[in-house]
Amino acid sequence: MNEQTIHSIYDRELICSEDTRLLQALRSGDERAFLILVERLHGKMMRIALHYVLDRQIAEEVIQDTWMGVLHGLTNFEERSSLQTWIFQILTNRAKTRMRREQRTPSLSDIVEPQEDEPAVSLERFRTGYYAGWWILHPDHWNNGVEDQVLWQETYVYIQRAVQQLPASQRIVITLRDIEGWTASEVCNRLALSEENQRVLLHRARSKVRRALEQYFGIQQQAKQAVS
Amino acid sequence: MMMIPITKPSEALTCREFVELVTDYLEGALTPLLQDQFEFHLSICEGCQIYVEQMRQTLKFLGQLNEAAIPTEGKEKLLATFRAWKQTLPNKAP
Repeated sequence: MNEQTIHSIYDRELICSEDTRLLQALRSGDERAFLILVERLHGKMMRIALHYVLDRQIAEEVIQDTWMGVLHGLTNFEERSSLQTWIFQILTNRAKTRMRREQRTPSLSDIVEPQEDEPAVSLERFRTGYYAGWWILHPDHWNNGVEDQVLWQETYVYIQRAVQQLPASQRIVITLRDIEGWTASEVCNRLALSEENQRVLLHRARSKVRRALEQYFGIQQQAKQAVS
Repeated sequence: MMMIPITKPSEALTCREFVELVTDYLEGALTPLLQDQFEFHLSICEGCQIYVEQMRQTLKFLGQLNEAAIPTEGKEKLLATFRAWKQTLPNKAP
């Protein structure tokens, strides 16, 4: 038996005994056990849900809905599979149903947005005349203290809002690529997009989020200067 | 702070053109010629160096969104659901 097998058997047993304990706790209404489970599975659940519904906000709703289903099914759960597998099955079913209801087919062709020609950076930032097209003023370094937990929370909310405000197709592409870490070809396959169109959507989305962040850090910088 | 190149290379990319190529560059999708022009511009232009650095930071922030835990508001909703469900449990412990 190699080390990996031993590990996986060990893991499985650990999961089994943990499952039993968790189930007992959940069935007796232990809030903390519930929250631990919710937090532990959230990332995986988000990944699964996104695969179907493509939109983070809808995925969050599907996850909420799944937990409701889990709670209602808990008394009848027969433990023929692991708790996690059972939860993921409920999630997959709900995500599929939601996908059909949203009629968000696996392609983006039904979300046609007006062709926009908005530049990545506002044209006012560039010179005209002899040095046309060169920066008037360089962008600033972002010497932000995002390591600071509180500030990171705020930045996190801000970036999320910036992503939410993007047109649907851009939002979906940047979510799958840059937040969820899908490869370009995975996104192209899933959304039936050409590589080039995928890049165009990604470029517009990234440029807008960068712009939003630049504005955000600029405001912070001004505030800091005003204080000192 | 102002960026004025010593000579104006007529063939060179301008900053305005450069920023539109950043995604293609990061995706490795530029033609060899454009890639050369892009990298040349990057080597001489501090403003665009900062721009690319900002873009890389943006990507890093976006990647961290994934690690972020469930939103507080969602957690509160779930807790409320859990508490409501708990009320329906038979033989609740005293």
